[in-house]
Amino acid sequence: MLDAKKVAVFGERDDVTGVAIRKCVEAAGGEVVYEATSCFV
Amino acid sequence: MASNAFLNPVIRNCSQCLVHVPDLAVYGSKPRREILKDSKIERRLVASLRAFDHAVGYAPNQTYIGNLTPDQLAAIPRPWYVADEGVNTSPPHVGPFGEIVSQDLFYAILERANVLTPALVELTAESHEKLNAKLRGHPVLAGLAGGDVGSSMSIEAEIEAETALPLRTGGKLRGGVRRDNRSEGREDANLDAATLLEGLCVKASGTIALQWLLHREGIGPEEIDYVISCGEEAAGDRYQRGAGGIAKSIGEMCGCVNASGMDVKNFCAGPASALVTAGALVKAGLYRNVAVVAGGSLAKLGMKFEAFLERGMPVLDDCLGATAFLVTADDGVSPVLRLEPGAVGLARIGASTSDQAVYRELILKPLEALGLRMSDVDKYAPELHNPEIMEHSGSGDVVHKNYRIIAALAVMDDQITKAEMPSFIERIGMVGFAPTQGHIPSAVPYMGHALEAMRRGELRRAMFLCKASLFLNRLTELYDGVSFMLESNSKLKS
Repeated sequence: MLDAKKVAVFGERDDVTGVAIRKCVEAAGGEVVYEATSCFV
Repeated sequence: MASNAFLNPVIRNCSQCLVHVPDLAVYGSKPRREILKDSKIERRLVASLRAFDHAVGYAPNQTYIGNLTPDQLAAIPRPWYVADEGVNTSPPHVGPFGEIVSQDLFYAILERANVLTPALVELTAESHEKLNAKLRGHPVLAGLAGGDVGSSMSIEAEIEAETALPLRTGGKLRGGVRRDNRSEGREDANLDAATLLEGLCVKASGTIALQWLLHREGIGPEEIDYVISCGEEAAGDRYQRGAGGIAKSIGEMCGCVNASGMDVKNFCAGPASALVTAGALVKAGLYRNVAVVAGGSLAKLGMKFEAFLERGMPVLDDCLGATAFLVTADDGVSPVLRLEPGAVGLARIGASTSDQAVYRELILKPLEALGLRMSDVDKYAPELHNPEIMEHSGSGDVVHKNYRIIAALAVMDDQITKAEMPSFIERIGMVGFAPTQGHIPSAVPYMGHALEAMRRGELRRAMFLCKASLFLNRLTELYDGVSFMLESNSKLKS
């Protein structure tokens, strides 16, 4: 689904974290070029 | 003294207090930065601050001090901040767990938190006399009051010259905060007025919580053997930023003359780490009475103020939170802190940081060590931030998000079906009610409610889950988690 796509990942500590999104993106064939997990509390 | 080895410690008592400091919101990190960019923002912020009675009548605050249970709060229709405007009788500022302290009373305690000459905090002569007279009449905090005569130095001129930060209540000057003006402190950015005010707020609010803990338990300060501070704030100078000493400064102010102490830092998971440490010290037989205390965060006041101004709402993040716990050997009555090997959940450095892996470490592994399943726990207490603050600022209901992950873990471990997730969350969850004060809302605001419910026989087990954003220090990409189990005392039944 994301073959040859470059993806910037923004996650949230108390929701879906960057790590979890990265795993989904990579499983779908995408390349994560930036990943961050923010804390809003 | 009999050895406590192999006996689990208990959490004998706790206190939960709030300090309503609307006029200190301008010194919170976010408001300060925005006011520096545009000075007009200060006027808008000040115009949106709540009066004391509204902060006291605010249902989440009543839940924090124990006048409402989380279930009772959940039954109150939102928005809660509108409901509090309908208050036409004086709401109780004192609850079973502590009290909501007014700003003026806090200023008097803040002045007493100073130990330097020239004083870091000085009230005007009129305010000193008036506010200390008020403090002397307080049933729990009277011992903190100062004498009739304040400092002879004039703070007004320094505020006029902008060399001191003003302390105001509703536009009226009450006093000011200085930097360390001694030769050894003058050039140190860590000892400027704003940074020292942050430390003094931790000390003063932590002192309120510890005083209330001693009062609730009915013991003297001299009976405390050890004090552990677990707030997020740093205290120290340029050669040792954040080196500590907050615990002993609070113990000193409360008269805990026989205690030593230390500070435990672990971002928002500080209270959980400190409680586990305190329990281990008691279990080892090293100390009998350990007080764990957390003062409030000045930096996080007004953290979400922009969202409130945009919506024409009052600024709801206007309170410092404070809490304290008494950890002792098993008294046969109080709820037990389970500290058997494997019972404390943690996020290992080498473990995956995926949500699934972290929650397995925090929930499933400790339960396995205790021979329990997820459904054997009556309540899970995760981050307990007030959703009314979080949702308006765009972060959603943090508490519910945490419960969704907990329920998803139960599904993935075949403990419930996916269809059972809502009813599972309904049973093991609760609504958030704590102010956005970092370490303060991290699971432990449920402690007062859990201790009471366990003593009444209405609750058997509660698991406390705390997370810590270690990556904010820019030294690692890791985050941390700590969980512990609180269980009703089995001897209580007999």
